[in-house]
Amino acid sequence: MAQVQLQGIVKAYGALRVVHAIDLDIADGEFVVLVGPSGCGKSTTLRMIAGLEDISGGALRIGDRVVNDLPPRDRNISMVFQNYALYPHMTVRENLGFSLKIAKRAEAEIAKAVTEAAEILSLTPLLERKPGQLSGGQRQRVAMGRAIVRHPDVFLFDEPLSNLDAKLRTQMRVEIKKLHQRLGTTIVYVTHDQVEAMTLADRIVIMRDGRIEQIGTPLEVFETPVNTFVATFIGSPPMNLLAGRIAGGAVELADGTRLPIPPGHGAAEGRAVTFGVRADNIMPVGHALPPTAHMAEVEMEVQLSEPLGTETLLFAMLAGTEVQAKMLNPRPVPLGERLRFQISLDKCHLFDADSGVALRV
Amino acid sequence: MASNASHRARKRALSAAHFIGLFLAMSLICLPGLWIVLNSFRPTVEIMAKPPVWIPNSLNLDHYRAMFGGVGEGGVPVLTYFRNSLIISVTSTLVALLVGMAGGYAFARYRFKGKAALFVGLMATRAVPGVALSLPLFIIMARAGIIDTHFGLILTYVALNVPFTVWLIDGFFRQVPRELAEAAEIDGCTRWQAFWRVEFPVARAGIASAGIFAFLTSWNEYALASQLTRSVNSKTMPVGLLDFTSQFTLNWGGMCALAVLMIIPALVLTFLVQKHLIAGLTFGGVKG
Repeated sequence: MAQVQLQGIVKAYGALRVVHAIDLDIADGEFVVLVGPSGCGKSTTLRMIAGLEDISGGALRIGDRVVNDLPPRDRNISMVFQNYALYPHMTVRENLGFSLKIAKRAEAEIAKAVTEAAEILSLTPLLERKPGQLSGGQRQRVAMGRAIVRHPDVFLFDEPLSNLDAKLRTQMRVEIKKLHQRLGTTIVYVTHDQVEAMTLADRIVIMRDGRIEQIGTPLEVFETPVNTFVATFIGSPPMNLLAGRIAGGAVELADGTRLPIPPGHGAAEGRAVTFGVRADNIMPVGHALPPTAHMAEVEMEVQLSEPLGTETLLFAMLAGTEVQAKMLNPRPVPLGERLRFQISLDKCHLFDADSGVALRV
Repeated sequence: MASNASHRARKRALSAAHFIGLFLAMSLICLPGLWIVLNSFRPTVEIMAKPPVWIPNSLNLDHYRAMFGGVGEGGVPVLTYFRNSLIISVTSTLVALLVGMAGGYAFARYRFKGKAALFVGLMATRAVPGVALSLPLFIIMARAGIIDTHFGLILTYVALNVPFTVWLIDGFFRQVPRELAEAAEIDGCTRWQAFWRVEFPVARAGIASAGIFAFLTSWNEYALASQLTRSVNSKTMPVGLLDFTSQFTLNWGGMCALAVLMIIPALVLTFLVQKHLIAGLTFGGVKG
């Protein structure tokens, strides 16, 4: 087990920089998820940690060693690939034991480690099969088994669940989390799925265009996003963003609707701002959570409703922007019905309109 | 109901037509071979008979006996030719495979300057008919003193086979996901070990089929061999067939007997690796 430290890590292809000097400290035993849209540099960063990509600048430490120029085999890491990368010509048993065989461990020791890993991941009945004879979920488990069998310092996961169907993905997510709780090994996990990031991570690292936008616990990045990118990327449905201007100590939207400035935020008079509110914090009166200290109300016309069972998602128009709102204890909502919505201002956000940076005071 | 029955009838008619078509095509391919095998067992009179005798009256081993017999009695140095063919084909195939694997791997995995041009260049060499090269080859080899040697022919066949093996093997390595080697490296392999323990075994079927093609090309090649060989030192079996022609006669029976001996090793080899060959030719289908 070990901590991982990235100091000013750069990846460049010639003049093209794809990762811009990122800093990241990962504690021993921590589960860190790198998340971001495709092309944000998260996989490249992971591959640099693995040693599969050269590091163009900065220092990478695993444990107390600088490993920039060490080949993957000397970093004592293991990795689960998106397409599993199981050796197709070997049985599951051979796949699991491969790394130990390369390390020239004794037969008995290999057999014991393989049996143990197979036990943990319920692979025992599949040990004599070839990867071609396994289902997607089983291959995924073999890939994880291959990773845990030699007790590495760090596990790296590169979008391991994206080839699975929705149900299996949820199931494997739970298994990965259990695995981490059981083994306590440091994990760096890459995904573009914010739900995976939220559910698995001790800390989330949100990346965009080769830069880190925010690092924090799932609740931190959810409750106090540093900018509109993080605000819309984390959380489902994405946060509603309403363009407005500070006028008379309130946010005035394009159609003249006035919303109070959310507590803890502030901006100068006349400044162009973006008002952010999640669907969970804008709900129809009578179908909402108990009110918080600071509330506001707006009236909107419902354009569309999506019943989800315990709640209904309402799409309504406010000042020319589509807003998604949640309705608790739902009743059928006819199209075009005008409803009054209450907004929990304590949970709302204010961002600068140009830079998207949160305007907290 | 009616349409169901008519569909079934049509399906049957179609499959019958398929069968007949296949039978005709296979006959076209197999008949010359059959003719060779039959004639190697028939007396010369019967081979030359007019009108032709389709169903043989008597079969015997006379041609084979004569072929292995003394020089005066129609014998040819079959074993020497066979040995020459074997040495030359096996060596040139092995070398072509090694070069092909190195080249194919490089083309499949690495980016380097002039890659596309080099690849097109390699392929372009296939467009030059081999016979056109026979005179320049002859002159060069004569000057270098390697006419009528195993080495000369091996060199020629390696040059002939390398572009094709590079191209085939490149295709097979392309289908091996990069992540396999990466996973192996993370599992503790060096680059070299990752290749031999993971990538090579996975692409083995394809490499075997490239090997078969290279071997058969060398084994059957006649035009260049007939120029570059002089004597029993290096004559291969296809060139040896000419021993059965003399100024006024053509010993068809003997020729056919030698041809059968030539076909047998090629057939045996093909059967031995046919599982690999088919897997190699349908490589994309075997991976999950």
